[in-house]
Amino acid sequence: MKILVAVKRVIDYNAKVRVKADNTDVDLSNTKMAINPFCEIAVEEAVRLKEAGTASEIVVASVGPKSCQEQIRAALALGADRGIQIETEDSPESLNVAKLLAKVVEEEQPELIIMGKQAIDSDNNQTGQMLAALLGMPQATFASEVSIADGKAQVTREVDGGLQTLAINLPAIVTTDLRLNEPRYAALPNIMKAKRKPLDVKTPADLGVELKQHTQLLKVTEPAERNAGILVSSVDELIEKLKNEAKVI
Amino acid sequence: MAILVIAEHDNAALKGATLNTITAAQQIGDDIHLLVAGFNCQPAADAAAKVSGVSKVLQADNTAYEHQLAENLAKLVLELGRDYSHILAPATTTGKNFMPRVAALLDVAQISDITAVETGDSFQRPIYAGNAIATVKSLDAIKVITVRGTAFEAAELNGSAEISTVDSAEDLAISQFVSEEMAESDRPELTAAKVIISGGRGMGNGENFSMLEQVADKLGAAVGASRAAVDAGFVPNDMQVGQTGKIVAPELYIAVGISGAIQHLAGMKDSKVIVAINKDEEAPIFSVADYGLVADLFDVMPELQQKL
Ligand SMILES: Cc1cc2nc3c(=O)[nH]c(=O)nc-3n(C[C@H](O)[C@H](O)[C@H](O)COP(=O)(O)OP(=O)(O)OC[C@H]3O[C@@H](n4cnc5c(N)ncnc54)[C@H](O)[C@@H]3O)c2cc1C
Ligand SMILES: Cc1cc2nc3c(=O)[nH]c(=O)nc-3n(C[C@H](O)[C@H](O)[C@H](O)COP(=O)(O)OP(=O)(O)OC[C@H]3O[C@@H](n4cnc5c(N)ncnc54)[C@H](O)[C@@H]3O)c2cc1C
Repeated sequence: MKILVAVKRVIDYNAKVRVKADNTDVDLSNTKMAINPFCEIAVEEAVRLKEAGTASEIVVASVGPKSCQEQIRAALALGADRGIQIETEDSPESLNVAKLLAKVVEEEQPELIIMGKQAIDSDNNQTGQMLAALLGMPQATFASEVSIADGKAQVTREVDGGLQTLAINLPAIVTTDLRLNEPRYAALPNIMKAKRKPLDVKTPADLGVELKQHTQLLKVTEPAERNAGILVSSVDELIEKLKNEAKVI
Repeated sequence: MAILVIAEHDNAALKGATLNTITAAQQIGDDIHLLVAGFNCQPAADAAAKVSGVSKVLQADNTAYEHQLAENLAKLVLELGRDYSHILAPATTTGKNFMPRVAALLDVAQISDITAVETGDSFQRPIYAGNAIATVKSLDAIKVITVRGTAFEAAELNGSAEISTVDSAEDLAISQFVSEEMAESDRPELTAAKVIISGGRGMGNGENFSMLEQVADKLGAAVGASRAAVDAGFVPNDMQVGQTGKIVAPELYIAVGISGAIQHLAGMKDSKVIVAINKDEEAPIFSVADYGLVADLFDVMPELQQKL
């Protein structure tokens, strides 16, 4: 079975974003970038399926400028076999990303596509679902457990009320939640090996996709500031404040 | 053109998030249709008809919609949705699951998790775990939107809309519901609770959460958790508050043994009053807390429970 994993280059989850003074966007210059944590979990899941003998090949794709090759290499170091970068400008819209990935799926014919449930920069939580719709494939989002048997994936999903288990026909799209697995660290020899793994570059034109603008970013502002309050010295004082000052109990 | 809102429900009753989504829709326009797609969902459709601001309820009652499977639901909304200017759903795990499919099938963007309506085509939404607010304009003819419930008041329940039946129903049969394990609790739902008390890694283990439950029962509160507490297996996943868990904004949020990582703050910093109980005075949670108590939670919680 071939698996396609889509990875996104995003701000490191520990880094703090700054809003630009002119409110046009956030300022990512000199910010540490990394593979989106949910995508890392997606790569790890694919590698585990390969180690278990369920998968035979892992292809990793990323959409964006040349810089996202760094994240493809990171995925190759974790155990993916080859990479595809689809060259676009910064922050392509989700629907365009989904259309480009749909063409990659048509070319590569993977049986399983694993993606992150959400990218921690734009927090959209939509690309996997869009890709599934464009391909007419079933989906299992927010996965915390995946098993493959008899042409189906059985997936346990983290939903608001608890857990839900679905069986979906393959080929299908699975998006990862935090508790699906704990990604490994890439060992140094694997990082070196990853540099020699194949990485193709394609353009939207190569894939026959015309990118369309669907949204326009009007401005980006700071959220309402929340100031630190006071320290209380005892439980009695806390209860008194909540009752008489804040009036919330 | 009218606005279509997709109700979140469990066939027997409407989920609260539907009411907040109706309020968001009312800020866009005033002809609002509410779709209840389910199986044996008459009670939910009846409840939908009572929501103020709804002019018409569409009821699609078929086994294909029993578990809100994304594939079938998106197909239905696609068929109905072409006649509307806006399609809205709550940004819950159900809405997040099927709505992007609707958007892709309509060849339009989805504006995710909006927190304010500026005009009929411009909306605010938090990005970077709430550390920036983007104002995004949709250039599409049909706007597909998910709504953050905590950012909008709940609509009232004194309406009386007509219910009309939608016949089209197709089970694509590419995905099947197998089972579910839903948390049972007598306490209020996290996203609707007025008071929440959450525990973090500092709780030490799952049994210790009973200290929070006892206080919660005195305050009529819901119990939440940090990711660390869920990952450690202290409590189930549906209790996670944060960027990638539930977004809450109660009147009072009490964080116990939680350090205050940005991903946690993203889920609760719009609470009206925040209390932090932590033994480390340097913990970042104190920078957003209205009232901080630097102390050992194992001393504080029994005392709090006793004195409330
Ligand atoms: C401030 C701001 C606000 C924006 N608001 C919106 C908006 O409301 N609606 C909108 O449609 N767009 C919006 N955009 C554009 C947004 O940047 C893109 O939608 C985004 O880059 C695409 O990924 P996502 O965050 O939607 O991914 P998600 O849907 O959150 O990501 C899920 C998964 O999809 C895969 N994936 C996503 N992007 C890529 C990629 N480039 N390469 C490979 N795999 C990928 C990954 O597996 C990822 O884990 C906004 C951009 C900015 C800067
Ligand atoms: C992609 C991604 C998504 C994430 N999403 C979320 C999310 O949705 N929600 C979320 O919560 N986190 C999320 N996280 C994790 C987040 O970064 C933190 O790791 C997590 O919130 C830490 O949980 P915590 O505060 O319970 O644990 P810790 O950071 O370990 O803090 C425990 C605190 O308890 C205090 N403490 C210990 N013992 C006592 C005692 N006896 N009395 C009083 N205080 C005590 C300590 O001083 C400490 O401050 C995410 C991370 C990533 C990478």
